[in-house]
Amino acid sequence: MLSVRNLSVSVDGKAILEGLDLEIPAGEVHAVMGPNGAGKSTLSYTLAGRPGYEVTAGTVTLKGEDLLALSPDDRGAKGVFLSFQYPTEIPGVPALTFIRTALNAQHRARGEAEVSAPDFLRGVRAKAAALRIEFEMLKRPLNVGFSGGEKKRMEILQMAMLAPSLAILDETDSGLDIDALRIVAEGVNAMRSPSRAMLVITHYQRLLDHIRPDRVHVLAGGRIVASGGPELAHALEREGYDKYARAAA
Amino acid sequence: MSLARAIAADDVAELPSRRDEAWRWSDLRGLIRVIPPASGPSDEALAPGPFANLAEAEFAVVNGRGPSGVNLAVGETRRVALRFVAAPGAGAHAGRFILALADGARCLLLESYEGRGDGYVASADLDIRLGHGARMERIVIADDTDEGVSVSSATVSLGAGAAFAQTVLTAGARRQRIETQLRHPGAGAVARLDGLYLLSAKRHADITTVVSHCGPGGATDQLTKGVVGDQARGVFQGRIVVAKGADQTDARMGHHALVLSDRAEVDAKPELEIYADDVLCAHGNTVGALDEEALFYARQRGIPEVQARAMLTEAFLAEVIDRIEDTGAREAAANWLMRRLETAGEI
Repeated sequence: MLSVRNLSVSVDGKAILEGLDLEIPAGEVHAVMGPNGAGKSTLSYTLAGRPGYEVTAGTVTLKGEDLLALSPDDRGAKGVFLSFQYPTEIPGVPALTFIRTALNAQHRARGEAEVSAPDFLRGVRAKAAALRIEFEMLKRPLNVGFSGGEKKRMEILQMAMLAPSLAILDETDSGLDIDALRIVAEGVNAMRSPSRAMLVITHYQRLLDHIRPDRVHVLAGGRIVASGGPELAHALEREGYDKYARAAA
Repeated sequence: MSLARAIAADDVAELPSRRDEAWRWSDLRGLIRVIPPASGPSDEALAPGPFANLAEAEFAVVNGRGPSGVNLAVGETRRVALRFVAAPGAGAHAGRFILALADGARCLLLESYEGRGDGYVASADLDIRLGHGARMERIVIADDTDEGVSVSSATVSLGAGAAFAQTVLTAGARRQRIETQLRHPGAGAVARLDGLYLLSAKRHADITTVVSHCGPGGATDQLTKGVVGDQARGVFQGRIVVAKGADQTDARMGHHALVLSDRAEVDAKPELEIYADDVLCAHGNTVGALDEEALFYARQRGIPEVQARAMLTEAFLAEVIDRIEDTGAREAAANWLMRRLETAGEI
């Protein structure tokens, strides 16, 4: 599904990723863990096409298609979804309006019919309820005045509505208490599908108690320096990132 | 010095110039070398205005000619459309209109500036008087042309306990000023003075307000928002004067603008002049670019850039529209904004 080969990325002329390789087959959930400053967020922003993240080498393909040649909105329509570490406030645009606008824009880009208002409302009501989001909240401007936990649940709701091929969860556990973490993890687990790849980026192991990854990768010094099964996350929790940080340096 | 006087005297020396502090961003003297010939009468049938079907009575001042005013009796309620039209082929003209509301009267004033010609120079003077406890909501839509020059000056006086609310919506002109001078008696009277400008190409719009709180216990609330692109220029001048003795005045003024291009410009001058001791006054002024973080967030979700920009711009301006109290007027204003956002395209 997702294939990243020898990816090097600079921000403001400074090399952050240097020769990163990552393969996520359809149906799998992979975790990328690493110390602060390892380049975790750079990886997620680069996959999403954020301006200012300059790819200096390497390739990224989704279902065999070159992602790097596409604009951020075209990537979105192709099925790339990024759950932001710090979701942006969108003043003046109610959450419902925003999600419906995004959904229909993606449908148009793919040459599919737009979703009717009743169908959309039915879908969003059911998915919001599963994430314990009050429907009234969806009438408020997106993320404006929302708590950290509410913002993260709103990200997962958008992911559920947009049903992406590649879901990137950037530090989704940050700012969540244990109850919110469980609700968010349930929402993510419900999205597991043979036709979807997921990339969970996290600093801590605790999210991975709830979202069990198929593979765990350690990102240090701008590269993947170790890969293994779920047990690798536990080893990292016990031993820390020191040996990888040293190895990368 | 005023445009109306310059037109009457056919003398450019009477035009306000950049040397007048109040006109330094909207210089007319430097712009108009010769006053165009006086506009003749127009016999053309008027197309429906932007508030068609919302008013019970319509008054049209075409090329400066038309009815001179309307009075509302004690306790009377009316929805009035007032149209200032510069017909095709118009030159220079000046119009006047008086609206007087007796005590307790209520009026929805739907005022429009409709430029149909090219090189017109138009002046409109309004005299609005509200008696005790009278209420008016004034919605102004200014649809001038790229080559038009238009100045609208309203003088508003309020009786005790009166309520006056206005929303000015403009897409600018070659040069355009919409000015409101409000004499506020305090005495439980309340005023809201809002504005919205959406400017593209080389258009200019100047929203100027002067509110004079003369007695204690009055409230004024102001919110103006603008978006400028291309080589357009937006001007906001808001002055609130609280006279000595006008205690317990509550006055708030906000002006916020988005500048979407390097060659566009916003000039803002919010001023509070306070001579009373016990008052609550605040103003806020921000001028910035569209939030790039919000833009990327929307694009990540698959919303194309042009659509994302339009969505965020509309959302920014919608706050002003939302404050319009009358439902029909609010919808007309929202429709006007949608049309303008579409025609402005990628401003």
